[in-house]
Amino acid sequence: MPKMISSEKEIMVSSDKTARPLSRRNFLTYAGAVTGLSVVLSACDKDDDNKGVNLGSGDTGILNYAYALEQLEAAFYVKVIASPFTGITADETARLTEIRDHEVAHREFFKNALGASAIGALEVNFSTINFTSRDSVLATAKAFEDLGVSAYNGAGALITSADYLVLAGKIVSVEARHAAYIRDLISNGSFADNTVLDVNALEKSRTPKEVLAIAGAYIVTKINASNLPTS
Amino acid sequence: MNFNNIFGEIEKVDPEVYSRFDTRRKALRNFAGIGRKIAIAAIPMAIGSMFKKAYAGSKSTNEAVVDILNYALTLEYLEAEFYTKGLQSPLLIPAGAANRDITTISNHETAHVKFLKDTITTAFGAAKVAAKPNIDLTAKGTFADVLTNYSTYLAVAQTFEDTGVRAYKGRAAELVKGGAYLTAALNIHSVEARHASHVRQMRKAMGALVKPWITGKVTGIGTTAVNASYAGEDLTTQATIQIVNINGMGISVDAATEAFDEGLTKDAVLAIVGPFFI
Repeated sequence: MPKMISSEKEIMVSSDKTARPLSRRNFLTYAGAVTGLSVVLSACDKDDDNKGVNLGSGDTGILNYAYALEQLEAAFYVKVIASPFTGITADETARLTEIRDHEVAHREFFKNALGASAIGALEVNFSTINFTSRDSVLATAKAFEDLGVSAYNGAGALITSADYLVLAGKIVSVEARHAAYIRDLISNGSFADNTVLDVNALEKSRTPKEVLAIAGAYIVTKINASNLPTS
Repeated sequence: MNFNNIFGEIEKVDPEVYSRFDTRRKALRNFAGIGRKIAIAAIPMAIGSMFKKAYAGSKSTNEAVVDILNYALTLEYLEAEFYTKGLQSPLLIPAGAANRDITTISNHETAHVKFLKDTITTAFGAAKVAAKPNIDLTAKGTFADVLTNYSTYLAVAQTFEDTGVRAYKGRAAELVKGGAYLTAALNIHSVEARHASHVRQMRKAMGALVKPWITGKVTGIGTTAVNASYAGEDLTTQATIQIVNINGMGISVDAATEAFDEGLTKDAVLAIVGPFFI
Protein backbone atom coordinates (compact mmCIF):
# COMPACT_ATOMS: atom_id res chain seq x y z
CA MET A 1 0.00 0.00 0.00
CA PRO A 2 2.70 2.58 0.78
CA LYS A 3 4.19 1.98 -2.65
CA MET A 4 0.92 2.92 -4.29
CA ILE A 5 0.87 6.28 -2.60
CA SER A 6 4.49 7.15 -3.10
CA SER A 7 3.63 10.13 -5.28
CA GLU A 8 0.90 11.42 -3.03
CA LYS A 9 1.67 14.06 -0.45
CA GLU A 10 -1.80 14.02 0.95
CA ILE A 11 -4.42 11.36 1.04
CA MET A 12 -8.12 11.92 0.99
CA VAL A 13 -10.29 9.66 3.10
CA SER A 14 -13.40 9.34 1.05
CA SER A 15 -15.43 7.21 3.40
CA ASP A 16 -17.52 10.22 4.31
CA LYS A 17 -18.69 13.18 2.28
CA THR A 18 -16.00 15.47 3.54
CA ALA A 19 -12.47 15.53 2.24
CA ARG A 20 -10.18 14.95 5.17
CA PRO A 21 -6.57 15.24 4.19
CA LEU A 22 -4.10 13.35 6.28
CA SER A 23 -0.40 13.77 6.49
CA ARG A 24 1.62 10.91 5.11
CA ARG A 25 2.65 9.92 8.59
CA ASN A 26 -0.93 9.85 9.77
CA PHE A 27 -1.99 8.00 6.69
CA LEU A 28 0.51 5.28 7.28
CA THR A 29 -0.66 5.02 10.87
CA TYR A 30 -4.24 4.74 9.69
CA ALA A 31 -3.36 2.32 6.97
CA GLY A 32 -1.63 0.10 9.44
CA ALA A 33 -4.44 0.30 11.91
CA VAL A 34 -7.20 -0.46 9.50
CA THR A 35 -5.64 -3.22 7.48
CA GLY A 36 -8.32 -5.75 6.78
CA LEU A 37 -11.12 -3.31 7.49
CA SER A 38 -13.41 -1.97 4.81
CA VAL A 39 -12.34 1.65 4.90
CA VAL A 40 -12.03 2.98 1.38
CA LEU A 41 -8.96 5.03 0.72
CA SER A 42 -9.42 6.70 -2.61
CA ALA A 43 -5.74 7.26 -3.25
CA CYS A 44 -5.17 3.54 -3.03
CA ASP A 45 -7.60 2.76 -5.78
CA LYS A 46 -7.11 4.69 -8.99
CA ASP A 47 -10.21 3.14 -10.48
CA ASP A 48 -12.41 4.25 -7.62
CA ASP A 49 -15.34 6.53 -8.43
CA ASN A 50 -13.68 9.25 -6.38
CA LYS A 51 -10.32 9.06 -8.09
CA GLY A 52 -8.34 12.24 -8.47
CA VAL A 53 -8.57 15.03 -5.93
CA ASN A 54 -11.60 15.81 -3.87
CA LEU A 55 -11.97 19.54 -3.25
CA GLY A 56 -13.95 18.87 -0.11
CA SER A 57 -17.01 20.63 1.23
CA GLY A 58 -17.97 23.98 2.74
CA ASP A 59 -15.52 26.83 2.77
CA THR A 60 -12.60 24.42 2.54
CA GLY A 61 -14.03 23.13 -0.72
CA ILE A 62 -14.36 26.64 -2.12
CA LEU A 63 -10.82 27.54 -1.07
CA ASN A 64 -9.52 24.37 -2.72
CA TYR A 65 -11.51 25.29 -5.82
CA ALA A 66 -9.78 28.69 -5.86
CA TYR A 67 -6.46 26.98 -5.15
CA ALA A 68 -6.99 24.70 -8.16
CA LEU A 69 -7.70 27.65 -10.46
CA GLU A 70 -4.70 29.57 -9.15
CA GLN A 71 -2.51 26.51 -9.74
CA LEU A 72 -3.68 26.47 -13.35
CA GLU A 73 -3.09 30.19 -13.87
CA ALA A 74 0.30 30.17 -12.17
CA ALA A 75 1.49 27.16 -14.18
CA PHE A 76 0.45 28.89 -17.38
CA TYR A 77 2.28 32.15 -16.68
CA VAL A 78 5.38 30.33 -15.42
CA LYS A 79 5.55 28.70 -18.83
CA VAL A 80 4.80 31.98 -20.64
CA ILE A 81 7.78 33.63 -18.96
CA ALA A 82 10.04 30.58 -19.31
CA SER A 83 9.39 30.45 -23.08
CA PRO A 84 8.27 33.92 -24.22
CA PHE A 85 6.27 34.26 -27.42
CA THR A 86 7.89 35.62 -30.54
CA GLY A 87 8.05 39.40 -30.61
CA ILE A 88 7.25 39.96 -26.96
CA THR A 89 8.05 43.53 -25.93
CA ALA A 90 9.96 44.62 -22.85
CA ASP A 91 6.81 46.11 -21.38
CA GLU A 92 4.83 42.92 -22.02
CA THR A 93 7.59 40.87 -20.42
CA ALA A 94 7.51 43.11 -17.35
CA ARG A 95 3.73 43.00 -16.97
CA LEU A 96 3.39 39.27 -17.68
CA THR A 97 6.16 38.55 -15.19
CA GLU A 98 4.24 40.54 -12.60
CA ILE A 99 1.06 38.63 -13.40
CA ARG A 100 3.00 35.38 -13.00
CA ASP A 101 4.19 36.54 -9.58
CA HIS A 102 0.66 37.58 -8.57
CA GLU A 103 -0.73 34.19 -9.53
CA VAL A 104 2.09 32.34 -7.77
CA ALA A 105 1.44 34.49 -4.69
CA HIS A 106 -2.27 33.61 -4.85
CA ARG A 107 -1.47 29.91 -5.27
CA GLU A 108 0.94 29.81 -2.36
CA PHE A 109 -1.40 31.88 -0.22
CA PHE A 110 -4.20 29.35 -0.65
CA LYS A 111 -1.81 26.48 -0.08
CA ASN A 112 -0.74 27.94 3.25
CA ALA A 113 -4.22 29.08 4.24
CA LEU A 114 -5.61 25.60 3.61
CA GLY A 115 -2.73 23.89 5.39
CA ALA A 116 -3.42 20.21 5.85
CA SER A 117 -6.71 20.56 3.94
CA ALA A 118 -5.05 21.68 0.71
CA ILE A 119 -5.34 19.47 -2.34
CA GLY A 120 -2.08 18.34 -3.89
CA ALA A 121 -0.37 19.73 -6.96
CA LEU A 122 -2.50 19.39 -10.08
CA GLU A 123 -1.10 18.09 -13.35
CA VAL A 124 -1.81 20.47 -16.21
CA ASN A 125 -1.81 19.96 -19.98
CA PHE A 126 -1.05 22.97 -22.17
CA SER A 127 -0.51 21.00 -25.39
CA THR A 128 -3.20 23.00 -27.20
CA ILE A 129 -1.35 26.26 -26.53
CA ASN A 130 1.37 27.47 -28.90
CA PHE A 131 3.69 29.27 -26.50
CA THR A 132 5.70 30.80 -29.35
CA SER A 133 2.58 32.52 -30.69
CA ARG A 134 1.50 35.84 -29.20
CA ASP A 135 -2.07 35.26 -30.36
CA SER A 136 -2.26 31.81 -28.80
CA VAL A 137 -0.75 32.88 -25.48
CA LEU A 138 -2.83 36.05 -25.11
CA ALA A 139 -6.05 34.30 -26.13
CA THR A 140 -5.42 31.69 -23.44
CA ALA A 141 -4.51 34.35 -20.88
CA LYS A 142 -7.73 36.20 -21.66
CA ALA A 143 -9.76 33.02 -21.27
CA PHE A 144 -8.08 32.17 -17.96
CA GLU A 145 -8.44 35.67 -16.49
CA ASP A 146 -12.07 36.13 -17.51
CA LEU A 147 -12.77 32.63 -16.20
CA GLY A 148 -11.07 33.45 -12.91
CA VAL A 149 -13.09 36.62 -12.38
CA SER A 150 -16.36 34.86 -13.16
CA ALA A 151 -15.35 32.00 -10.87
CA TYR A 152 -14.61 34.18 -7.84
CA ASN A 153 -17.76 36.22 -8.42
CA GLY A 154 -19.84 33.07 -8.66
CA ALA A 155 -18.25 31.48 -5.60
CA GLY A 156 -18.65 34.49 -3.31
CA ALA A 157 -22.19 33.62 -2.30
CA LEU A 158 -21.09 30.07 -1.45
CA ILE A 159 -18.58 31.24 1.18
CA THR A 160 -19.81 31.29 4.77
CA SER A 161 -16.77 32.90 6.43
CA ALA A 162 -16.62 36.68 6.21
CA ASP A 163 -12.82 36.56 6.36
CA TYR A 164 -12.58 34.21 3.39
CA LEU A 165 -15.09 36.29 1.44
CA VAL A 166 -12.97 39.39 1.97
CA LEU A 167 -9.85 37.54 0.86
CA ALA A 168 -11.58 36.32 -2.28
CA GLY A 169 -12.63 39.92 -2.88
CA LYS A 170 -9.04 41.13 -2.52
CA ILE A 171 -7.96 38.64 -5.19
CA VAL A 172 -10.82 38.89 -7.68
CA SER A 173 -10.29 42.58 -8.38
CA VAL A 174 -6.64 41.86 -9.19
CA GLU A 175 -7.76 39.13 -11.58
CA ALA A 176 -10.12 41.67 -13.14
CA ARG A 177 -7.22 44.09 -13.56
CA HIS A 178 -5.27 41.31 -15.27
CA ALA A 179 -8.22 40.45 -17.50
CA ALA A 180 -8.65 44.05 -18.61
CA TYR A 181 -4.92 44.40 -19.30
CA ILE A 182 -4.72 41.21 -21.37
CA ARG A 183 -7.86 42.15 -23.28
CA ASP A 184 -6.43 45.57 -24.07
CA LEU A 185 -3.23 43.92 -25.33
CA ILE A 186 -5.31 41.87 -27.75
CA SER A 187 -7.66 44.68 -28.74
CA ASN A 188 -7.37 48.04 -27.04
CA GLY A 189 -10.71 49.07 -25.57
CA SER A 190 -12.05 45.55 -25.02
CA PHE A 191 -11.33 45.67 -21.28
CA ALA A 192 -14.98 45.16 -20.31
CA ASP A 193 -17.05 44.31 -23.36
CA ASN A 194 -20.43 42.63 -23.57
CA THR A 195 -18.93 39.15 -23.78
CA VAL A 196 -18.25 39.46 -20.02
CA LEU A 197 -20.89 42.02 -18.97
CA ASP A 198 -24.69 41.81 -18.92
CA VAL A 199 -27.20 44.54 -19.82
CA ASN A 200 -26.88 46.11 -16.37
CA ALA A 201 -23.08 46.36 -16.84
CA LEU A 202 -22.65 43.64 -14.22
CA GLU A 203 -20.02 40.95 -14.78
CA LYS A 204 -21.43 37.56 -15.78
CA SER A 205 -20.43 35.13 -13.03
CA ARG A 206 -20.11 31.36 -13.32
CA THR A 207 -20.85 28.45 -10.99
CA PRO A 208 -18.02 26.08 -10.00
CA LYS A 209 -19.55 23.44 -12.25
CA GLU A 210 -19.45 25.78 -15.26
CA VAL A 211 -15.91 26.91 -14.46
CA LEU A 212 -14.49 23.43 -13.97
CA ALA A 213 -16.03 22.25 -17.23
CA ILE A 214 -14.00 24.93 -19.01
CA ALA A 215 -10.82 24.64 -16.93
CA GLY A 216 -10.93 20.88 -17.21
CA ALA A 217 -9.59 21.07 -20.75
CA TYR A 218 -6.23 22.07 -19.26
CA ILE A 219 -6.19 19.96 -16.10
CA VAL A 220 -5.18 16.29 -16.29
CA THR A 221 -5.83 15.49 -12.64
CA LYS A 222 -9.43 14.51 -12.14
CA ILE A 223 -11.15 16.96 -9.83
CA ASN A 224 -14.06 15.83 -7.71
CA ALA A 225 -16.17 18.89 -6.93
CA SER A 226 -19.27 16.97 -5.94
CA ASN A 227 -19.12 18.07 -2.32
CA LEU A 228 -18.89 21.80 -3.02
CA PRO A 229 -21.81 23.88 -1.76
CA THR A 230 -24.23 24.88 -4.53
CA SER A 231 -26.23 27.55 -2.75
CA MET B 1 -21.19 51.76 -6.98
CA ASN B 2 -21.90 50.67 -3.41
CA PHE B 3 -24.65 48.15 -3.66
CA ASN B 4 -23.34 46.54 -0.54
CA ASN B 5 -24.31 45.70 2.97
CA ILE B 6 -27.93 46.59 2.89
CA PHE B 7 -28.81 43.98 5.49
CA GLY B 8 -25.96 45.04 7.75
CA GLU B 9 -26.90 48.69 7.58
CA ILE B 10 -30.56 47.98 8.08
CA GLU B 11 -29.74 45.86 11.09
CA LYS B 12 -28.14 48.86 12.76
CA VAL B 13 -31.34 50.87 12.58
CA ASP B 14 -33.71 47.94 12.70
CA PRO B 15 -32.41 45.00 14.74
CA GLU B 16 -35.50 43.07 13.72
CA VAL B 17 -34.68 43.14 10.04
CA TYR B 18 -34.16 39.43 9.81
CA SER B 19 -37.37 38.58 11.62
CA ARG B 20 -39.24 40.62 9.08
CA PHE B 21 -38.09 38.10 6.54
CA ASP B 22 -39.11 35.32 8.99
CA THR B 23 -35.56 34.42 9.81
CA ARG B 24 -32.11 35.39 8.74
CA ARG B 25 -31.78 32.03 7.11
CA LYS B 26 -34.90 32.55 5.08
CA ALA B 27 -33.94 36.09 4.16
CA LEU B 28 -30.65 34.88 2.81
CA ARG B 29 -32.31 31.98 1.08
CA ASN B 30 -34.66 34.42 -0.60
CA PHE B 31 -31.67 36.23 -2.01
CA ALA B 32 -29.94 33.02 -2.95
CA GLY B 33 -33.03 31.90 -4.79
CA ILE B 34 -33.25 35.01 -6.88
CA GLY B 35 -30.28 34.15 -9.01
CA ARG B 36 -31.64 30.78 -9.90
CA LYS B 37 -35.16 31.82 -10.66
CA ILE B 38 -35.05 35.05 -12.59
CA ALA B 39 -33.08 36.83 -15.21
CA ILE B 40 -30.27 39.05 -13.97
CA ALA B 41 -31.95 42.12 -15.39
CA ALA B 42 -34.84 41.54 -13.01
CA ILE B 43 -32.75 41.38 -9.84
CA PRO B 44 -33.36 45.00 -8.76
CA MET B 45 -37.08 44.40 -9.01
CA ALA B 46 -36.90 41.12 -7.11
CA ILE B 47 -34.79 42.55 -4.31
CA GLY B 48 -37.03 45.59 -4.18
CA SER B 49 -40.10 43.39 -3.87
CA MET B 50 -38.59 41.50 -0.95
CA PHE B 51 -38.02 44.69 0.99
CA LYS B 52 -41.42 46.01 0.08
CA LYS B 53 -43.05 42.91 1.49
CA ALA B 54 -40.91 42.84 4.61
CA TYR B 55 -41.36 46.48 5.47
CA ALA B 56 -44.96 47.04 4.50
CA GLY B 57 -46.48 49.51 6.92
CA SER B 58 -43.30 50.45 8.77
CA LYS B 59 -42.73 54.02 7.78
CA SER B 60 -39.75 55.05 9.90
CA THR B 61 -37.79 51.96 8.97
CA ASN B 62 -38.59 52.53 5.34
CA GLU B 63 -36.88 55.88 5.59
CA ALA B 64 -33.73 54.30 6.97
CA VAL B 65 -33.62 51.67 4.23
CA VAL B 66 -34.08 54.30 1.58
CA ASP B 67 -31.25 56.27 3.10
CA ILE B 68 -28.91 53.32 2.76
CA LEU B 69 -29.86 52.50 -0.81
CA ASN B 70 -29.55 56.15 -1.72
CA TYR B 71 -26.09 56.31 -0.18
CA ALA B 72 -24.94 53.68 -2.68
CA LEU B 73 -26.81 55.43 -5.45
CA THR B 74 -25.19 58.75 -4.58
CA LEU B 75 -21.72 57.33 -5.07
CA GLU B 76 -22.82 56.00 -8.44
CA TYR B 77 -24.25 59.39 -9.34
CA LEU B 78 -20.82 60.89 -8.74
CA GLU B 79 -19.07 58.53 -11.12
CA ALA B 80 -21.75 58.79 -13.79
CA GLU B 81 -21.72 62.59 -13.57
CA PHE B 82 -17.94 62.64 -13.82
CA TYR B 83 -17.91 60.72 -17.10
CA THR B 84 -20.98 62.40 -18.56
CA LYS B 85 -19.59 65.87 -17.88
CA GLY B 86 -16.17 64.86 -19.17
CA LEU B 87 -17.62 63.69 -22.46
CA GLN B 88 -19.61 66.94 -22.75
CA SER B 89 -16.57 69.15 -22.19
CA PRO B 90 -15.23 70.35 -25.52
CA LEU B 91 -11.65 69.45 -26.34
CA LEU B 92 -11.16 67.59 -23.04
CA ILE B 93 -11.11 63.97 -24.13
CA PRO B 94 -9.23 63.26 -27.37
CA ALA B 95 -11.29 61.86 -30.21
CA GLY B 96 -10.71 58.25 -31.14
CA ALA B 97 -9.75 55.53 -28.66
CA ALA B 98 -9.84 57.77 -25.58
CA ASN B 99 -13.33 59.05 -26.33
CA ARG B 100 -14.51 55.56 -27.20
CA ASP B 101 -13.24 54.08 -23.93
CA ILE B 102 -14.47 56.87 -21.65
CA THR B 103 -17.85 56.45 -23.35
CA THR B 104 -17.77 52.73 -22.57
CA ILE B 105 -17.03 53.39 -18.90
CA SER B 106 -19.63 56.16 -18.77
CA ASN B 107 -22.28 53.80 -20.10
CA HIS B 108 -21.43 51.22 -17.43
CA GLU B 109 -21.70 53.74 -14.58
CA THR B 110 -25.00 55.01 -15.92
CA ALA B 111 -26.24 51.42 -16.03
CA HIS B 112 -25.19 50.93 -12.40
CA VAL B 113 -27.16 54.05 -11.44
CA LYS B 114 -30.21 52.64 -13.18
CA PHE B 115 -29.77 49.28 -11.43
CA LEU B 116 -29.96 50.98 -8.02
CA LYS B 117 -32.75 53.35 -8.96
CA ASP B 118 -34.84 50.44 -10.22
CA THR B 119 -34.33 48.62 -6.94
CA ILE B 120 -35.43 51.60 -4.84
CA THR B 121 -38.33 52.39 -7.12
CA THR B 122 -39.68 48.86 -6.95
CA ALA B 123 -39.42 48.69 -3.17
CA PHE B 124 -40.48 52.16 -2.10
CA GLY B 125 -41.74 54.06 -5.12
CA ALA B 126 -40.10 56.52 -7.47
CA ALA B 127 -40.62 59.39 -5.03
CA LYS B 128 -38.08 57.82 -2.67
CA VAL B 129 -35.28 57.77 -5.20
CA ALA B 130 -32.76 60.42 -4.21
CA ALA B 131 -32.37 63.16 -6.74
CA LYS B 132 -28.92 63.57 -8.16
CA PRO B 133 -27.04 65.80 -5.71
CA ASN B 134 -25.22 68.91 -6.76
CA ILE B 135 -21.75 67.79 -7.66
CA ASP B 136 -18.56 69.81 -7.81
CA LEU B 137 -16.11 67.79 -9.88
CA THR B 138 -13.26 70.10 -8.85
CA ALA B 139 -13.73 68.95 -5.22
CA LYS B 140 -13.91 72.55 -4.07
CA GLY B 141 -10.96 73.58 -6.16
CA THR B 142 -8.61 70.69 -5.41
CA PHE B 143 -8.87 69.55 -9.04
CA ALA B 144 -9.60 73.00 -10.48
CA ASP B 145 -8.87 72.03 -14.10
CA VAL B 146 -10.52 68.61 -14.04
CA LEU B 147 -12.80 69.45 -16.98
CA THR B 148 -10.23 71.34 -19.01
CA ASN B 149 -7.04 69.36 -18.48
CA TYR B 150 -7.10 65.78 -19.76
CA SER B 151 -4.24 64.74 -17.50
CA THR B 152 -6.10 65.91 -14.39
CA TYR B 153 -9.29 64.30 -15.65
CA LEU B 154 -7.66 60.89 -16.05
CA ALA B 155 -5.97 61.20 -12.64
CA VAL B 156 -9.36 61.79 -11.02
CA ALA B 157 -10.83 58.93 -13.08
CA GLN B 158 -8.14 56.58 -11.80
CA THR B 159 -8.80 57.68 -8.23
CA PHE B 160 -12.56 57.22 -8.56
CA GLU B 161 -12.20 53.73 -10.03
CA ASP B 162 -9.57 52.52 -7.57
CA THR B 163 -11.63 53.97 -4.71
CA GLY B 164 -14.77 52.32 -6.06
CA VAL B 165 -13.07 48.93 -6.03
CA ARG B 166 -11.97 49.50 -2.44
CA ALA B 167 -15.41 50.71 -1.36
CA TYR B 168 -17.04 47.40 -2.27
CA LYS B 169 -14.36 45.31 -0.68
CA GLY B 170 -14.30 47.29 2.55
CA ARG B 171 -17.73 46.04 3.48
CA ALA B 172 -17.87 42.65 1.81
CA ALA B 173 -17.67 40.97 5.22
CA GLU B 174 -21.04 42.39 6.18
CA LEU B 175 -22.54 40.90 3.05
CA VAL B 176 -21.43 37.33 3.68
CA LYS B 177 -24.07 34.75 2.73
CA GLY B 178 -25.96 37.47 0.90
CA GLY B 179 -26.90 35.19 -1.97
CA ALA B 180 -27.73 36.76 -5.31
CA TYR B 181 -27.54 40.16 -3.68
CA LEU B 182 -23.88 39.58 -2.80
CA THR B 183 -23.25 38.18 -6.26
CA ALA B 184 -24.66 41.34 -7.82
CA ALA B 185 -22.33 43.47 -5.71
CA LEU B 186 -19.36 41.31 -6.70
CA ASN B 187 -20.38 41.55 -10.33
CA ILE B 188 -20.26 45.35 -10.14
CA HIS B 189 -17.03 45.33 -8.13
CA SER B 190 -15.04 43.47 -10.79
CA VAL B 191 -16.28 45.82 -13.50
CA GLU B 192 -14.94 48.77 -11.51
CA ALA B 193 -11.60 46.94 -11.34
CA ARG B 194 -11.60 46.46 -15.13
CA HIS B 195 -12.22 50.20 -15.50
CA ALA B 196 -9.40 50.99 -13.08
CA SER B 197 -7.00 48.78 -15.04
CA HIS B 198 -7.85 50.47 -18.32
CA VAL B 199 -7.76 54.03 -17.00
CA ARG B 200 -4.34 53.34 -15.50
CA GLN B 201 -3.16 52.13 -18.91
CA MET B 202 -4.56 55.30 -20.49
CA ARG B 203 -2.52 57.33 -18.00
CA LYS B 204 0.57 55.23 -18.62
CA ALA B 205 0.29 55.97 -22.34
CA MET B 206 0.53 59.65 -21.38
CA GLY B 207 3.66 59.11 -19.32
CA ALA B 208 2.32 58.40 -15.84
CA LEU B 209 4.31 55.85 -13.86
CA VAL B 210 1.48 53.44 -13.16
CA LYS B 211 0.63 49.84 -13.96
CA PRO B 212 -2.83 48.29 -14.36
CA TRP B 213 -2.49 47.18 -10.72
CA ILE B 214 -1.67 49.12 -7.56
CA THR B 215 1.94 48.88 -6.38
CA GLY B 216 2.39 49.60 -2.67
CA LYS B 217 0.43 52.74 -1.89
CA VAL B 218 1.92 54.58 -4.85
CA THR B 219 -0.65 56.86 -6.47
CA GLY B 220 1.24 57.82 -9.62
CA ILE B 221 -0.53 61.16 -9.28
CA GLY B 222 1.28 64.42 -8.58
CA THR B 223 -0.82 65.59 -5.67
CA THR B 224 -1.14 64.31 -2.12
CA ALA B 225 -4.88 65.02 -2.36
CA VAL B 226 -5.45 61.46 -3.60
CA ASN B 227 -3.29 59.71 -1.01
CA ALA B 228 -6.26 58.63 1.11
CA SER B 229 -7.50 56.52 -1.79
CA TYR B 230 -4.33 54.44 -1.67
CA ALA B 231 -3.62 54.34 2.06
CA GLY B 232 -3.18 50.75 3.24
CA GLU B 233 -2.66 49.27 -0.22
CA ASP B 234 0.92 48.47 0.80
CA LEU B 235 -0.16 45.52 2.96
CA THR B 236 2.07 42.46 2.47
CA THR B 237 0.43 40.10 4.98
CA GLN B 238 -2.90 38.42 4.25
CA ALA B 239 -4.72 36.49 6.98
CA THR B 240 -1.44 36.48 8.95
CA ILE B 241 0.35 34.87 6.01
CA GLN B 242 3.41 36.76 4.79
CA ILE B 243 3.21 37.02 1.00
CA VAL B 244 6.74 38.34 0.37
CA ASN B 245 8.89 35.35 -0.65
CA ILE B 246 6.09 33.02 0.41
CA ASN B 247 7.24 29.37 0.48
CA GLY B 248 10.54 30.45 -1.08
CA MET B 249 8.86 31.62 -4.27
CA GLY B 250 10.72 34.90 -4.61
CA ILE B 251 7.72 37.19 -4.46
CA SER B 252 8.88 40.80 -4.16
CA VAL B 253 7.32 43.37 -1.86
CA ASP B 254 5.87 45.12 -4.91
CA ALA B 255 4.33 41.93 -6.28
CA ALA B 256 2.98 41.01 -2.85
CA THR B 257 1.14 44.33 -2.59
CA GLU B 258 -0.09 44.21 -6.19
CA ALA B 259 -1.47 40.69 -5.83
CA PHE B 260 -4.10 41.75 -3.28
CA ASP B 261 -6.33 44.85 -3.44
CA GLU B 262 -7.36 46.24 -0.06
CA GLY B 263 -10.72 47.51 1.13
CA LEU B 264 -11.75 50.90 2.50
CA THR B 265 -14.30 51.57 5.24
CA LYS B 266 -17.46 53.55 4.60
CA ASP B 267 -16.10 56.43 6.67
CA ALA B 268 -12.89 56.52 4.65
CA VAL B 269 -14.82 56.49 1.38
CA LEU B 270 -17.14 59.26 2.53
CA ALA B 271 -14.17 61.38 3.59
CA ILE B 272 -12.71 60.94 0.11
CA VAL B 273 -15.83 61.73 -1.91
CA GLY B 274 -17.23 64.36 0.48
CA PRO B 275 -15.49 67.33 -1.17
CA PHE B 276 -17.17 66.45 -4.49
CA PHE B 277 -20.65 67.12 -3.08
CA ILE B 278 -21.98 70.66 -2.66
